[in-house]
Amino acid sequence: MAERLLTTSKAISEAIAQEMKRDDSVFVMGEDVGAYGGIFGATEGLLDQFGPERIMDMPISEMGFIGAAVGAATEGMRPIAELMFVDFFGAAMDQIYNHMAKIHYMSGGHVNVPMVLMTAIGGSYSDAAQHSQCLYGLFAHVPGIKVVVPSTPYDAKGLMTQAIRDDNPVMFFFHKGVMGLGWMTPNPRATGPVPEEPYTVPFGQAAVRREGSDLTILTLSLMAHRSLDAAEKLAEEGINAEVIDLRTLVPLDREAIVESVKKTHRVMIVDEDYKSFGMSGELAAIVAEDALDYLDAAPKRLAVPDVPIPYSRPMEQYVIPSVDRIAAAAKELVAE
Amino acid sequence: MALNRDELLDLYRMMVKIRTFEERVGEMYYEDKLPAFDIAAGPIPGEMHLYSGQEAVAAGVCAHLRPDDPVTSTHRPHGHLIAKGEDLKPLMAEIFGKKTGLCEGKGGHMHLFDPNLHFGCGGIVGGGIPHAVGAALAIKKRGEDRVAVSFFGEGAANIGAFHESLNLAAVLHLPVVFVVEDNLYAISVPKSVSTAVRSNAERGAAYGIPGVQVDGQDVIAVYEAAQEAVGRARRGEGPSIIEAVCYRYRGHFEGDAEGYLKPGEKESWKEKDPIHILGAQLQGQGWLSEDEVAEIQGEMTALVGEAERFARESPYPAPEEALEGVFA
Ligand SMILES: Cc1ncc(C[n+]2csc(CCOP(=O)(O)OP(=O)(O)O)c2C)c(N)n1
Ligand SMILES: [Mg+2]
Repeated sequence: MAERLLTTSKAISEAIAQEMKRDDSVFVMGEDVGAYGGIFGATEGLLDQFGPERIMDMPISEMGFIGAAVGAATEGMRPIAELMFVDFFGAAMDQIYNHMAKIHYMSGGHVNVPMVLMTAIGGSYSDAAQHSQCLYGLFAHVPGIKVVVPSTPYDAKGLMTQAIRDDNPVMFFFHKGVMGLGWMTPNPRATGPVPEEPYTVPFGQAAVRREGSDLTILTLSLMAHRSLDAAEKLAEEGINAEVIDLRTLVPLDREAIVESVKKTHRVMIVDEDYKSFGMSGELAAIVAEDALDYLDAAPKRLAVPDVPIPYSRPMEQYVIPSVDRIAAAAKELVAE
Repeated sequence: MALNRDELLDLYRMMVKIRTFEERVGEMYYEDKLPAFDIAAGPIPGEMHLYSGQEAVAAGVCAHLRPDDPVTSTHRPHGHLIAKGEDLKPLMAEIFGKKTGLCEGKGGHMHLFDPNLHFGCGGIVGGGIPHAVGAALAIKKRGEDRVAVSFFGEGAANIGAFHESLNLAAVLHLPVVFVVEDNLYAISVPKSVSTAVRSNAERGAAYGIPGVQVDGQDVIAVYEAAQEAVGRARRGEGPSIIEAVCYRYRGHFEGDAEGYLKPGEKESWKEKDPIHILGAQLQGQGWLSEDEVAEIQGEMTALVGEAERFARESPYPAPEEALEGVFA
């Protein structure tokens, strides 16, 4: 039988629908999640299936409804709250990092907060400084939040199912450019095979998307797509890049990172988040801690230089890693 | 006091100016984006929230403002900035992401700043409301007679920043006017789903702030409500809130499929078009001829055309400029 192909956004909404059928305690709260189906399609079709009691359109009150999701979760519900763009986290940050993330620990482990906070990330379409950030590093920094950042439709469904079943708060970051939306720049990697039956993808297991021997590229989300495109170009020039898609930052698959670096002896981190004090620095530190003796060159970091995302296209393209810049940086690293 | 002919014509001209600007931006937005819509493509990439239909609110309020009166706006800012007196050229150039734009291409359509007009806006709903309160605080500390105004949507009136700002303005007795544009929707969510009270003006009472709801299609009604509120603030008599009920003609943003609208809804609002309402009144009084209508339209089309030419002919910023300007 032919494989069934879905976009990432359809894979996510299917995971939510299947879990809502399986478990009455699952429900969705967010802005424009009902009739609109979510601005990025993550809840498309759910209102028709489950009605407004379980697919709840919210006022623009992020502090209120994300805090309410925390409260409902502590009472045993399994809410999925959507923060339309991660950039809007500021309006709710206290509930996210002081409450959602810490209640389980502060309660001595007696209270669980089984909720999913899903949100859209990323740029490259001129939405400027307040609608283009990634920021997963910011949330991975705070103890108590699991951080999931899928790049494929298959992973998106399996990781969302896992996130809903998890007894902890999980933040689920979908990049607008991997959703397969008809109004974004077309991305063939945003559509892929997705089994119809429910399944989970475990947290903390990176995926080797491409095997290689000359360098390791550590990345995730849309940057995994760009790194794979760059790896294809590099292959034409005889450079074999191994591309590792981390899939989750918390928990992080340290073993996969270290194993790959032991094999290739060179590592580059490609990140669409800000460079300083974030994912790229953390991964470089892990490599230094666990695989220093295997390195033939210092780890290389390609990330957003520490500036807000500018609006104008030439400036935006300059700050977000592109296929060409990834390939060029990889060549530099291999030549070192 | 009844408005005289010149005052009414100024309001009319301002509304036509805003409409002409917005409709032209709306046309150009689709250049190189079709047939398969790609939001990142074309001379004007990214999201685009236009103000067509709501012109009476910006025109009626800003008619009472001086260039040095601070104004904060939203993700739908062009109308407010034009009514505040902005030159269309640097505004259009910013929308095109050009070096000659108001913000040198760093801000874009949702993030427009002009210190000369004391204007700022942004893409975070409710984000500008406390800034107007702070501007009013600066005015009060210096003993000036300036007035701060914050424009925002009815959707924004449900975010914490709105409620905290109203309380702060009231308790500090600040010269600020809150203007809620109730265009019935926050993206697809109707006010009835998000808000339990009929009018956001009523919410003023909870903070001890006088509030009034007006017909936002009727520029004279907006003008009169703003006259009272701005006057009160200028005299040092504290904050006010105005809610103007209006309608956006082009959906939330360009490309909005508007599946959430009721059949015929938009058409019925277009019958109450704010420009037509004032135009008909002026014509009824013999203060505006058909020729003058065409003349004003021609003048505004030419102004917008010049702004377009300026924007198209201007250079893009150099890519490396992205790295500059994080700190003063
Ligand atoms: C804090 C925050 N939450 C959500 C959004 C997404 N968003 C942008 S505009 C908008 C609707 C705003 O509605 P309203 O305030 O009524 O203004 P209108 O668009 O109708 O002019 C929403 C939800 C945002 N930009 N910021
Ligand atoms: Mg609105």
